[in-house]
Order: sequence, then C-alpha cells, then structure tokens
Amino acid sequence: MALIECKNVHAGYGGMNILNGVNMAIESSEIGVIVGPNGAGKSTTLKAIFGLLTVSEGSIELRGDDISNLAPDKLVHKGMGFVPQEHNVFVSMTVEENLEMGAFIRRDDFSYMLERVYSFFPDLKDKRRQPAGELSGGQRQMVAMGRALMVEPSLLLLDEPTAGLSPLYMNEIFERVIAINESGVGVLMVEQNAKQALRIAHKGFVLAAGKNRFTDTGQNLLNDPEVAKSFLGG
Amino acid sequence: MQLPKKDIILFSLLAALILIVFASQGSAYSVRVLAEASCYAILALGLSIQWGYAGLFNAGIMGFVALGGFITMLFSFPTNDDFWNTDLPGQLGGVGLKAILSVAIVYGLTQLKRLGVSKKIRLPVIIIASAILYLWVVTSLGPVAEAIESEAGFIGGLGLPVWVGWLVGGAIAGGIAYFIGHICLGLRSDYLAIATLGIAEIIKAFLKNADWLTRGTLTVSPLPWPVPQAGEIGFVAARASYLSLTAVLIAVIYFLLYRAYNAPWGRTMRAIRDNENSSAAMGKDINRRRLEVFILGSVLMGIGGAALVTFNGIFDPSGFLPLNHTFLVWVMVILGGAGNNKGTIFGAVFIYIIWTMSEPAALFMIDVARTLGDAWFGWQAPGDLDSRALQARVFVIGLIISLVLRYAPKGLFPEKVAHHA
Amino acid sequence: MNEFIFFFNSVIISGAVIGSIYAIGAIGVTLVFGILRFAHFAHADMMTLGAFLVLILTALFPAVGPAIGLPTAFVMMPVAMVATAFIAVGIDKMFYKKLRENNVKPVVMVMASVGVTLMLQGLIRFFAGTGTQSLYIDDRKAIFRIDLPFESASRNLVITEPQILLFVFLAFAVVSLHLFLNKSRLGKAMRAMSDNPDLAKVSGINTNTVVGVTWIIAGALACAAGTLLSLDVTLKPDLSFMILLPIFAAAIVGGVGHPYGALAGGFVVGMTETLAVFNWTFVLRPLEKAIPALDLPNTLAFVPTEYKITIPFFILLAILIWRPTGLFKGKII
Ligand SMILES: Nc1ncnc2c1ncn2[C@@H]1O[C@H](COP(=O)(O)OP(=O)(O)OP(=O)(O)O)[C@@H](O)[C@H]1O
Ligand SMILES: [Mg+2]
Repeated sequence: MALIECKNVHAGYGGMNILNGVNMAIESSEIGVIVGPNGAGKSTTLKAIFGLLTVSEGSIELRGDDISNLAPDKLVHKGMGFVPQEHNVFVSMTVEENLEMGAFIRRDDFSYMLERVYSFFPDLKDKRRQPAGELSGGQRQMVAMGRALMVEPSLLLLDEPTAGLSPLYMNEIFERVIAINESGVGVLMVEQNAKQALRIAHKGFVLAAGKNRFTDTGQNLLNDPEVAKSFLGG
Repeated sequence: MQLPKKDIILFSLLAALILIVFASQGSAYSVRVLAEASCYAILALGLSIQWGYAGLFNAGIMGFVALGGFITMLFSFPTNDDFWNTDLPGQLGGVGLKAILSVAIVYGLTQLKRLGVSKKIRLPVIIIASAILYLWVVTSLGPVAEAIESEAGFIGGLGLPVWVGWLVGGAIAGGIAYFIGHICLGLRSDYLAIATLGIAEIIKAFLKNADWLTRGTLTVSPLPWPVPQAGEIGFVAARASYLSLTAVLIAVIYFLLYRAYNAPWGRTMRAIRDNENSSAAMGKDINRRRLEVFILGSVLMGIGGAALVTFNGIFDPSGFLPLNHTFLVWVMVILGGAGNNKGTIFGAVFIYIIWTMSEPAALFMIDVARTLGDAWFGWQAPGDLDSRALQARVFVIGLIISLVLRYAPKGLFPEKVAHHA
Repeated sequence: MNEFIFFFNSVIISGAVIGSIYAIGAIGVTLVFGILRFAHFAHADMMTLGAFLVLILTALFPAVGPAIGLPTAFVMMPVAMVATAFIAVGIDKMFYKKLRENNVKPVVMVMASVGVTLMLQGLIRFFAGTGTQSLYIDDRKAIFRIDLPFESASRNLVITEPQILLFVFLAFAVVSLHLFLNKSRLGKAMRAMSDNPDLAKVSGINTNTVVGVTWIIAGALACAAGTLLSLDVTLKPDLSFMILLPIFAAAIVGGVGHPYGALAGGFVVGMTETLAVFNWTFVLRPLEKAIPALDLPNTLAFVPTEYKITIPFFILLAILIWRPTGLFKGKII
C-alpha cells in the first residue's frame, strides 16, 4: 500500500480550481519529487494534501485511509510534516522555540528529538537561542525542516527547500533529505532545481497546468528527451 | 430597467408598512417620520459608498452629523445683535489674529533648516514654541469666550440661507475626512475605525463645551428651514414640503452616484473592492481612490446631518449619540445591502420606521411588566425603569448587526460582486 | 517643596494609576489583535461587564472584605475574572467563530465586535441603569497620607488603598503573563500564532485552543481593569468608547501584538493625559513671586478636562503618522 496517494485530485482557492486531476503515489521508503513550471500548481498540490485547501473532487489517502480535507493539525497527529515554501519559520521565536512548536502535539519528553535535529543540522545548535528571523536563508530552511521533523513524521512534504540557496547549501540540503529518507521517512518534495532533485528521486512527477504531464522514476524522467526539452531546460 | 421580483416584494412590504403607520399614527406624525428617514437615507448613502465601494469602516458618522448640524446652525441662525453691537467681535478677531500669527511663527520655525539650523536644535525649539504659543492663544481666548457667554450668550448665526449652511457643512465634513483619511488609509483597516470613533467624540466634546460658539447644553432653536415652516402653512404641509426637498436631494445624489458608478471611476473602485490583491499592483492609486470615496461619503454625511438637524429645528450637541447617529445608520446600510444604493434607501426608511416604533413599544412593554409585576408579585419597579427600557434598543441594534453579518452578510439587496480571478 | 508634592500627587500618582489601567486593558486588546487580527471594540464594555459582576458579588457578600482586611470588591475580583473569561469565550463561540471560519476580512470582525459591544452596553445599562455606582458597599476607601520628613513640606503624599492594589496587581499580572508566554507550551503557541498563523496550523497547533486561551486572558484582564478603575473612582456603566480610545491608542503606541509595548503604551498615554490637563499655575506660583511681571492666569492647562479625550486621539494620530508599527515594532500594521 502506498504511503501517500493522490487520486484525481481537484482543488483550488475559493471556487476556482487550480488542480484538475493530480495523481501521485509514493512508498514509505521513497523520495518523490514534483517539478514543473511556475504556477503549475505544485505548491497547491502540497497545500491540498495538507488540508489547507478544499479538495473538491478525487481523494487523498494516507496508507489507504482517506485524509482529504482533514484539518492540518489532525494530519500532524497522523504523522505528516509540512514545510511551506515561504514564511516557514516563526521569525520572532528562537530556533529552539521553533523546534518546540514543531513538537506541540507531543506530550512526552521530546528532548532526544531536539538533540537529533541538532545532530542533523549542526549549524543550528550554536544558534538555538537566536530568533529565527536573524538566520540566513539556508539556516531558516534547516529550522523549518527541523521543526517538521520534531513529531517524527512518517511522511514529510517539502516545498522548494533549496529555493534561493547557493549550490553548496543546496547540495547540503539534498544530502539531509536523503539522510532523512534513509531514516525511514517518506519525502514528497517540490523542486525548481529539477535535475539535481530528480537525481535523488525515486519517483518524479512533472506537473503542468494543474495536471500530471509525466509520471515515472526520477532516472527515467531525466533520460526522457521530451521532459528534458520542455521542463529541464534542454 | 427590470426590477427583480424580490425587490418588488420588498418595496411593496415597505409601502404597506408606511401605510400602516399613516393609518395608525396620523399624517402629521407619519410625514415627520418619513422626513427624518429621508435625512437618514442621505447619511446611509454616504456610509454605503464608504463601506460598500471601498470597505472603509467609519465608526464616527455621529461626528460628521454633528458637524453638519453645527455649520448649518452657524450659517443660517439669525445674527445676534447682543454680540455684534459690542466690541466682542473685535476681541474675538484679535484672538483669531493671534492664532494666525502663531501658526505663521511655527511655520517660520519649520523653515529654519534653510538657515542651516540642525534638526537637533530645530525640533525642541519648534515644540517649545508651539506649546507656548498654543497656551498664549488659548489663555487669550478664555476671557473673550467668557465675556461672550455672559454678555451675549453666544455669537449667534450669520443669517445666511439654509442651503449655504448645508453645503458648507458637507464641505467641512469632507475636509475632516481628508485629514483623517490621509493619515489612516494606507494602514490597517481597523485604524480608520478607531480614528473615526475618536474624531466623533472630539467633535461632540467640542460642540458641547464651546458655549460661546454653540450655547452648549443650552441648545439653539428654532433653526430656520429652507421651506415654509409649520407656523405658516401647518404641520403636514410644512413637513411634506421638507420631505419633498430631501427626496429631490436623494434623487440627485442617487443619480450622480449611478453615473459615477458606471463611469471609469466606479469601475476602478469596484475592481479594487472585488479583487484587492491583484489591483494592489496599482499601488498608491488604491489609497487615492479610497480617500476620494471616504471624502465623498463624509460630505454626504455632513449634508445629511445638516438636513436632519435643520428638520429637528434644534441644535443640541448632547443629543448626538453613537447609537442614533452612527450605529443606526450602520444597521440601515448592512441590512439594505452595502454598495447598493436602492437597498440602502430601503434599509434607511425601513429601519427608521422600526426604530421610531420601537420606543413606544419598549415603554409599553415595560409598563405592562411594571403593572403585572406589581399586581402579581408586589414588585416595586426601579424609578429609572423607562430609561433602562430604552437601553433594550441598544441591545437590539447590536443583535441585528451580529445576525446580519452572520446570516445575510450581503444584506437584503446584495450588491453583485464580480470574481475576475 | 509643596509644589513638588502637589505635582507628585496629581501627576505622577494619578498618571501612573490611569496608565496602569490603560495598560491592563491594552494588553488584552493587543493579544486579541495579535492572535485574531482585529481591533476588538467590545473590550471596554467587557471591562464594564467585569466591574458590574464584581458589584453584584460585592452586594451579595459585603462582609467578606472587612473580615480579610481588603476591599470586598478586590476580594471578589478573581471570581469575576473567571466569569468574565468564560463570557469572553462564549461571546467568541457565538459571534466571532463562524465569521472567522468563513475567512471574512478583519474589518468585518471589527463590525461584529461593535455589534457585541452594543449588546453588552444594552444589557449592562438595562440591569445596572446608567447612573454611577460605588464598589464600596460595606467598607470605605482607605486613604494613606504619608508625612514627608522635610521641613518645608507641609503637604502629604496621598495614595489610596485601591491604587496600591492596582500597582500590585499590575506587577503580578505582567510577571505571570511574561512567564506564561515564555515558559509554557500554550503561551509559546500563542506567540507562534501571533507570529505566523498559517505555520502554527501546519505545526499541529490547535488554533481553537489558542484562541480560547487568548479570550480567557483578555476577558480576565478586562474584568480586572474595569474593577480596578471602578475601585479608584466609581463604576460608570456608560464609559465605553471614552475608555476604548485611550486603550487602543496605548496598544497601537506599543505596537500591536506586543504585550510589553502595550504596558509601556498605557503609561505613555496615561501620563500624557494627566500632564495635559494638569494646571501648571499652582506649581508656577513661586515663580510669580520671583518675577512680578509674570501674570499667571488661574488655570494654565494645555487642555481643559472636558477635552481630555483629544489627548489619546492625537497620540494615536501622531504614532500613525510617524511610526505606524508602534514604538516597539508591532508585527502587523
Ligand atoms: N492564495 C491563492 N489564492 C488564489 N490563487 C492562488 C493562491 N496561491 C496560488 N494561486 C494560484 O494558483 C496557481 C498555482 O500556484 P502554485 O503556488 O501552486 O504554483 P507553483 O507551481 O507552486 O509555482 P512556483 O514554482 O512559482 O512556486 C497560480 O496560478 C496562482 O496564481
Ligand atoms: Mg510553489
């Protein structure tokens, strides 16, 4: 059974549909990557999965359970984490407080998780008492991912985690994503750096105008000349 | 123009309600209610364009009403010879000169930077000078104002035609709106609400306490009318001619708004209202448009207030109440349909009739309660029960606002909102 | 010296008293502003409601206070605070929640709170009448006159018992709120939601709980502010907008969504108000002796007391012109 599966999802903002039949499925051991032109509906797909938009048609299933239109906090309880594309840290709160907010639903002692996040992102450890608003873009991205990891999710949704980062930082983030995936977390991520992302992807989805254009393994998409021509910049 | 069925039904109901009022209360009373309702309709039109066209929250309608009323009193009330035949006008003019001089000095000080005086020195100098000059003017106004009050009562009016007062009242209301709007419109929408609430209370406080200008709590009456008064042609005829005057005024306003609404100006306005985000690209222009709407609406409120006070024939600054002159208008507009002028006029007439009827109804119910309570339980009602009973109307107005927002946010005559997403 | 004591009594103490009350009110307003993102117009009538509940409790159990040695009303205040907090939560459920779920614009929420404030006004005045009432029923206001150990000082420092209680309560409330917001899980969630509501939702924070906590704090503080104000002077059921304006001014001066800013803003507004209506002639009299040319009028105040309401208004305008984010950089403008 797939970890997460979107079946013919239609969704949008206030009446107008942006997504017109999105299909995707990944297993718990996999990294799925969504690519596509600006405005294709990539972020909208993640928001629809995470209950931030109303799904008007089709369904979204987590391990076979229908989770369409469940509220975000319910989904966190079900073991999902989401890192939005923008405004993804609490700027006025310290790094550690950001992580604590990620663990809001946990009533147990989660200090071991804090340590684990710090060992994942060593940069953050020194900055733990600093407001997240004072960090660099890459560090913020780490705080955001760390925040989502605090509940030890089984599925992590990432919206352009490398946007605006230098190539060096980008590779570092991708390494972290692989490591997170290897620790047993399914990852579904939207990426603009399509080639690099598809290289680490088990599954790839090319979205255009709110629909899947291509769906295959990451490697096959990279090798597909048509995909390369129209979506990967030659 | 084809009226939808719902509109016909609603307006027929309103006509029936008016007939019932005529049948049960007699025509003198009924025409009075309608004339007052027509003044309220002008206020409501002003609010309707502010809220309906531009989403501006004006919580200070009362202030504009009071201002319009005051200006019309000042312009149209007969001149006071006790004042003009003394040397008081000269003294008052002297204070005015001092004020002008002070403003000029402060302005001059702000220009010190041309002489190369640094900001560190300029700012304290300006502040201290303003404070001293302000105190100088205020302390010299004090004795003059006292002298006017003791010798002449107040300065009286200017004896000009009533319509001059209405126009100037509208213009000054617009000026105040410019001042407030200029500061608040670029900011969060709530700030305008707070600022208008404040300016209304300040205008009221000023009119209530500046006895030399307004007679304060002593009130000024009788105000002249733009049409023959009851003494000349009888109650019904006088009120009916007043009503026709305001009706013509409403028709003119309605027509002008209709024209503006369908002109490019109105289209931009609607685009801003319906889709604020995408038209935000136009940047500052939005605030300019909003400011125009805010001023225009406030001018209408000034004129409506002038008409209302003139009709009542008495200028009583303590009589301006947020409930009667702000929130009642709000109920009219949101119930009728903000931005829809037809609905707004409907709401104004309908709500005003209900409002006037609710006062005797509340008193009657309290009376019944008192009699029954006394007869059955030997209950001794508190003495101020009547004034308390009227407070029940405050509750009802609040309840209607809450219910309309919740269940019929677009009112009875919804304004069509386009979605160009 | 006497002039200085006079100044201290009628400016420093009075200003601090009214400033503290504005601060307690403004903290509630600013929290609601930060979490729910609208100016809550019903706050002033919530204060009156709280004070009115205290009045009822005081009338029911007038002997409690004297037994303890505190004003009865002050002893009853915690009970009324709990009640007002619940009423605030109930008002939210009944009148604001659905609108919030429909994602209406903030200004519609403002409108709804105006509806609520009118309902509260109507109810309070229906039951309490419109006249002023004293919260002292079986006890009397204790006034302390402190002799100063200076030869030249024939006047006393004057401070009343409710004023001392007010300062104590303010300190207690600020410290508790500080600990709550920075140490507790829910308090941090409140800050998170005020910082970034969407991200708070995504993090699994139950926003309904946070909204509920916000109303509990705002309601309780409103009750305290109303009660302490009524203890200092009298309970005036028709204060409403007159007190709302300085409280909003204080919240905006401090930067909305910023509790410490609201605290500072309250004192700024309170002190300015008191200074503006203060009659300077009294303290300047000695100067008149020194400089005979100086002819002081009987009253030399910047603003006559009737126009006190203009002070918060102009403070508000000034801050909106020069620093709309407030002195302490509020999060939302
Ligand atoms: N909050 C919103 N309200 C209305 N429409 C929106 C909103 N957010 C996005 N859209 C619209 O939905 C469409 C898809 O947007 P989406 O953010 O999903 O694109 P994307 O594929 O993530 O693009 P990008 O690569 O630029 O992030 C766009 O046409 C956009 O205008
Ligand atoms: Mg996107």
